[in-house]
Amino acid sequence: MIEAIAFYLLAITAVFAGGAVVLSRSPVHSVLWLILAFFASAGLFVLLGAEFLAMLLVVVYVGAVAVLFLFVVMMLDVDFVKLREGFTRYLPLAAIVAAILLAEMIIVSLAVASGGAAAGGQIVPATADASNVETIGRVLYTDYVYIFQAAGIVLLIAMIGAIVLTLRHKPHVRRQNPGDQINRDRRTAVEIKSAETGRGVSPEELL
Amino acid sequence: MDFWSSPLGWTLITAGGILLVTVGILISLAFLLLADRKIWAGVQLRKGPNVVGPFGLLQSFADFFKFVLKEIVVPAGADKVVFILAPLITFILAFIAWAVIPFAPGWVISDLNVGILYIFAISSLGVYGIIMGGWASNSKYPFLGSLRSAAQMVSYEVSIGLIIVNVILLAGTMNLTSIVTQQSGWIWNWNAFGGGLGSLPLIVIMFPMSIIFFISALAETNRPPFDLPEAESELVAGYQVEYSSTPYLLFMIGEYANIVFMCVLMSLLFFGGWHPGFPTDFLNGWPPILANLFYLAVLFAKTIFCFVMIAIVKAFVPRYRYDQLMRLGWKIFLPTSLVAVIVVSAWRVFVQGGA
Repeated sequence: MIEAIAFYLLAITAVFAGGAVVLSRSPVHSVLWLILAFFASAGLFVLLGAEFLAMLLVVVYVGAVAVLFLFVVMMLDVDFVKLREGFTRYLPLAAIVAAILLAEMIIVSLAVASGGAAAGGQIVPATADASNVETIGRVLYTDYVYIFQAAGIVLLIAMIGAIVLTLRHKPHVRRQNPGDQINRDRRTAVEIKSAETGRGVSPEELL
Repeated sequence: MDFWSSPLGWTLITAGGILLVTVGILISLAFLLLADRKIWAGVQLRKGPNVVGPFGLLQSFADFFKFVLKEIVVPAGADKVVFILAPLITFILAFIAWAVIPFAPGWVISDLNVGILYIFAISSLGVYGIIMGGWASNSKYPFLGSLRSAAQMVSYEVSIGLIIVNVILLAGTMNLTSIVTQQSGWIWNWNAFGGGLGSLPLIVIMFPMSIIFFISALAETNRPPFDLPEAESELVAGYQVEYSSTPYLLFMIGEYANIVFMCVLMSLLFFGGWHPGFPTDFLNGWPPILANLFYLAVLFAKTIFCFVMIAIVKAFVPRYRYDQLMRLGWKIFLPTSLVAVIVVSAWRVFVQGGA
């Protein structure tokens, strides 16, 4: 009973937040609603018993990706009126996409309900003694190790590409070199000259 | 007995536990805040707060009433909902992370299997309070402060994550209670010393890792010398400029709750949690409650030790410049902890033969 209540609460939150992402007037509010939607889906994962995936969703999407979204959206100078004009223009297209997605979901759920292929057959048998993390790890590093490595390489290339695109060496910037600073010592950095009493020091003498 | 295992009884027990932990943290925070100021004053040869109550012990409570009784000022151009939401988020996130912290054997609100990941997820959300507060203020200084702090917290999150991976590799579990249980017995079983005599050579990796964790925790909680989000010399007070009264108080409490949380986490992950560093067989004859109170006192002592270290660092280390902070995070801590992960996992596979 409690599970059902939790499911409906989370599902309603997710759907409502999803709608608010599209409908809210300020882009920053949209991102905040998006974060709430991520959160609700993480809760749904927990209800499914996939607590590892739920935590990863929060860490990766809410903790990193959405922060960058928020970063960009906050610094953009967005014209709200222009943004609203596009809303009605793209509405038919969006309605078509939504209808296709809805049809797909209905077909899948009908297939599951009528005892289709994916209904009972779990790909990874859930064992009672192994935890979520262990089960995923065993599959990921054995059966799917090549795909996993390939995904890693794709991410690495994307990262290097981002660095190459943004890295610029400006010629006239004086950069700090901590090694040099630490290795500087008193004997080479300071020169001690003795000045005669009552006479002072002229600049030529110091050279 | 039956009542306590029914859904209603379970709810009552959990709610009671949550209340106990929250009130306990809030009251200890009041005195830790005072201790922070006293230590700071002591290093600078001042007396610190000493007027309200004996030795100034009631200073925090006086401050509390001062904050609560003031007027809440919301700037005219501010986004009102987000403006009020930001300190609430900081405050709530600072407290829900405590749900998985075991205070003594069995004394934990929720013994999650992915406890460390939960902590990691919650602490990665902490940046939202700051970035929302800075944006909603609709003012330049807060916005600059919040952008800085967002970059800072995201950067140090990475190295904290990799250091935690080391501990997970050593322990082989993400459950905090099991991690602490594995560090029982003598002091060399602590994770900071390699986690057991068999892997004592790992002390070369794990002890520096605990120090890097400490420094990253300073940056993660915006403590000096990494308090650039509020850098009063350049940004007035960063994201907190427009906040007054209770919302400011919520930010403040959230910040200190996070600091104490990092202290507890460091004690649990690296310094044996509630284990005092020698076998505790003499506790077998004690009643369970007394034994647990002994363990709680040990954990408390370790936490206080970490907190004193953080307070002392505030007193005598000058503030970092922003590029130095980023360099430290990305060019030094990240590669170091990454190499540590490789070495520790190689040790686990090739020396200990763990699959």
